[in-house]
Amino acid sequence: MAIISVRDLVVEYDGRRVLDGLNLDIEPGETMVLLGGSGSGKSTLLRQMLGLERAHSGSVFVKGIDITCCSQAELRRVRRSVGVAFQSAALFNSYSIKDNVALALREHTALAPSIIDLMVWMKLAGVGLAEFGHLHPQELSGGMKKRAAVARALALDPEILVFDEPSAGLDPIVAAELDEMILLLKRAYEMTVIVVTHELPSAFRIADRIAMLYKGSFLAVGTKDEIRNSQHPRIRQFLDRVPDKMAEAPALAASFEKYVRAQEVNL
Amino acid sequence: MATLIEGVGKKTLNQLDYVGGLSIQLWAALRAMGASLPFVGNRYRWKTSVAQMLQIGVSALPMVGLMAVCSGFILAMQGASELRRLGAMHYVIDLVAVGFTRELGPLLTAIAVSGRSGSAFAAEIGTMRVTEEIDALRVMAFEPVEFVLAPKYLAALIMVPCLSIASNVCGILAGGIFMFFSTHLGLSLYLRYVLTSIQLRDVISGLIKSVAFATIIVHVGCLEGFRVHGGPDAVGRSTTTAVVKSTFLVIVADVVFTAIFYFTGTR
Repeated sequence: MAIISVRDLVVEYDGRRVLDGLNLDIEPGETMVLLGGSGSGKSTLLRQMLGLERAHSGSVFVKGIDITCCSQAELRRVRRSVGVAFQSAALFNSYSIKDNVALALREHTALAPSIIDLMVWMKLAGVGLAEFGHLHPQELSGGMKKRAAVARALALDPEILVFDEPSAGLDPIVAAELDEMILLLKRAYEMTVIVVTHELPSAFRIADRIAMLYKGSFLAVGTKDEIRNSQHPRIRQFLDRVPDKMAEAPALAASFEKYVRAQEVNL
Repeated sequence: MATLIEGVGKKTLNQLDYVGGLSIQLWAALRAMGASLPFVGNRYRWKTSVAQMLQIGVSALPMVGLMAVCSGFILAMQGASELRRLGAMHYVIDLVAVGFTRELGPLLTAIAVSGRSGSAFAAEIGTMRVTEEIDALRVMAFEPVEFVLAPKYLAALIMVPCLSIASNVCGILAGGIFMFFSTHLGLSLYLRYVLTSIQLRDVISGLIKSVAFATIIVHVGCLEGFRVHGGPDAVGRSTTTAVVKSTFLVIVADVVFTAIFYFTGTR
């Protein structure tokens, strides 16, 4: 049985359809990468999977519970089994890194403070930040913040670990280190991992399966090799990094002419 | 004509939406307040509440005190300039004592707290929205209203009435200093006159107003923060809006309460 099931999901913003009847199953223990260009709807889909936004129609089942219509108590219970590392890290700036990681343990468990301290140290050591627990988020580099966010996401030993654009804003070396860390953590904790990204090297390094999004619909869902060998024109364009027609010189010239004509009419 | 009606309709709906948002937030905060109480609630929330009390109350005390002293002098001097001609200088004592206890103390405090803390609440929560910290709280199975708003509300409910009392004392003392220098009335005698002129119901009506003002300031500030969409400029706008709206609503609430106390005889 799939750990996450998306069924006929439709999301609209001010009447504009952003996700158009999506269906997707994510199996326990797999790494699913949601791949797509900017504005393709991958972050919107992720927010739906986390119950952060309301859908126009359709369902999202997480561990068998439809989070689009469940009670707040059920949603909270589901969320305790999901860890999320946000694109901006979203660490609480008024807390130290140690306190960021300890927060969920202190509030959602009855563990003794000494055990919590030990667990926090283990989580931070797992992402290579054991020495930096006393620092505040603003004192860390971009890569360190992302790792601290992962440590916080791991605090309650979640069954599902979610990464939103993990490599965004990082240099290639740090991004590659983060990819290796994701693979290592997945092996160590045997979790289901969902990664939203548009970085091809990262996607093909960490994915078991890839769901390719374009304008709110899935172009393809398959293994790395299936996606890599796909002959779908849009997938090929994305993988081969071919610019859209808009960026080509004749298209630019045509747009410019159209703009000038419109200005003349206004004058 | 249709556009005008559309515009009016849209504005009306926006205002209704705002009032609805405030009401829902107030209800959620009242339900979550138990978690912020000492002994029976969550000790981390109570610690946050205490920190907020220091920020809202103790830090604001010098400013509120100084504003009250200045206003006390102004009220006494303006009153004396007219009452002297009528040979009724002793009525300055009633004017200052009753004016501050019923009206000026709570109102000055509310304006100071609105400027200092209302804007800070909007900026803090707005920044948390922009940096995805509110989303992080939700996916960590925390309720933002309970985690962020309830401690602030509890702190304001305790500290704003306390500040109002401090403001009353400062304003009345300023009136006493004026009376000493203008009529050589001793301070102890002045205070005895003050105690005979104010009644318990004056103090209670002032405190009821303070509680209402605290509710307005916290909920408008926090709602503006929660409704931030976009980037840092949106945070700036929410801060300004929070101060403007809360000051306006405080004055409206003051009129309503004064009218209620006037017509019910509690004046």
